[in-house]
Amino acid sequence: VILHGLTLHPGTATGRPIRLTAPLSFWGGTDADGRIVDAHHPQCGAVLTSRFLLMESGRGSSSASSVLAEQIRARTAPAAIVLARSDPIIPLGALIAAELYDLFLPVVVAPYDTIPDDTVLHVAATADHATITWSTFTS
Amino acid sequence: MPLHLTAAEEQMLSGQDGEGVALAMRVVVGQARISGAPRLVEITSAHVDSCLYHGQVSLDFVHSLVDLGAKVRVPTTLNVGSTDLIHPTLVRDRQLAKAGRELMTAYAELGGTPTFTCAPYQLPNRPALGEHIAWAESNAIVFANSVLGARTDRYGDFLDVCAAITARAPYAGLQTPEARVGTVAFDCRPLGDFLHSELAYPLLGHHIGSIVGAGIPVLTGIPADVTEDDLKALGAAAASAGGVALFHVVGVTPEAPVSIDDLPVYTVDLRTLQEVRRALSSTGPELDAVSVGTPHASYDECVRLAELVAGPPLHLPFYLSTSRATRDRLGEKLQVLERAGVTVVVDTCTYVTAILQPTWKRVMTNSGKWAHYAPGNINVTAVLGSLAECVASARAGRVVLDS
Repeated sequence: VILHGLTLHPGTATGRPIRLTAPLSFWGGTDADGRIVDAHHPQCGAVLTSRFLLMESGRGSSSASSVLAEQIRARTAPAAIVLARSDPIIPLGALIAAELYDLFLPVVVAPYDTIPDDTVLHVAATADHATITWSTFTS
Repeated sequence: MPLHLTAAEEQMLSGQDGEGVALAMRVVVGQARISGAPRLVEITSAHVDSCLYHGQVSLDFVHSLVDLGAKVRVPTTLNVGSTDLIHPTLVRDRQLAKAGRELMTAYAELGGTPTFTCAPYQLPNRPALGEHIAWAESNAIVFANSVLGARTDRYGDFLDVCAAITARAPYAGLQTPEARVGTVAFDCRPLGDFLHSELAYPLLGHHIGSIVGAGIPVLTGIPADVTEDDLKALGAAAASAGGVALFHVVGVTPEAPVSIDDLPVYTVDLRTLQEVRRALSSTGPELDAVSVGTPHASYDECVRLAELVAGPPLHLPFYLSTSRATRDRLGEKLQVLERAGVTVVVDTCTYVTAILQPTWKRVMTNSGKWAHYAPGNINVTAVLGSLAECVASARAGRVVLDS
């Protein structure tokens, strides 16, 4: 199955999805180990590291770009981020990690409701276009 | 949409103005593409949030800019950092304080003014109606857009300083007039007299932020004599609970519509705000400390606190976060505060660094933003109250609420 999306930051990645039911701010919302620590967030306690993060959008804090860039540097970031609507601050964190460390975390806008939870996702995001693919045969 | 750059902007991008400017321009252009901007816009000031330490990446980025010879081109204020440079022993974590100081110093080297406050709108020379600016720090963004009518989009760390170095921001989002129109209305008239109490504003802010997300709320029924401190509290809570970067208050803020007839309307009553208070504020009498001044307390708020603490002694640790500029203006009031046992924190804030003792579990605040973030950041539960309730509680050594 192929889902097409808009690239906010390029890159390729593979991982299992984690779906958030509310927007998350990386700053104040996640710790250095990639765990959700926002006590008000429905998925508080979940670890995002190496997962394919599906969430509506970011939220609030300007520092979210710093926190995400630091997680990319420390290898505790999600593998990829798929948003339902564009967000200016999350892809900025990915942009800085690419400038400083040559590490590319893809950030994509796509209607992710059709993505099943129990599967492995692959994303290929270029400057022009993003595709998310997965197999319908789940393990 | 293709991005159009002027000759001067192409020159910055190509490295003709130096490699530091080129790096900054790549970030601004990258953000412009992310935002779908057709062009860049010249800005008249910047407020930089990137001077708060978030790990090695914070230092790596600013050192790249310093090493490449970058300097800011517009008046640039600096947000809070991770340490109090005037009271350096306040921060318990020496490593964090050292990294924080290194970062703050590097941003000053780039030409930022060492203001170290999250409330740059309390300083002189604030931007005017219609000015294009690049401000980061969510509460500063929402205040500049809503109360001053200046124009800034929501900018993340890194973009803020890159905008300062290039004097450019993407012409997108709230830089454009069409994006500044209200999307949803809140009729606050049922709140009646409660709107004359300061506690109404952090609660209302948290409530509208939770409902609208990144939408643009329009409030009606707010008294015309609402203070800038009230609007600060409202905006800060709305920005942290949602992604609010602009709100309008009919009859108060400069770009507010005359009528809300064409918008969906939520009605806010006392019960709604009581529920917000229950969600943000834990119950029970135990209390370990009090922390007020998030965003940084204004001169008026510091003076009012000095009046409130003059009297019977405080029995709990009491922290006031404010800017070094406001502290300098306080004169004798500063001595009143310090004699009463108030620890005045500048350059930083109690919930973004290691100032409070790790054994403290319940801390009272007058800030909706502090109540929202402190549990995740510094592992405390928050109790929300007015400034007077905070002082009464510190005197009693337990939570004392008026109602």
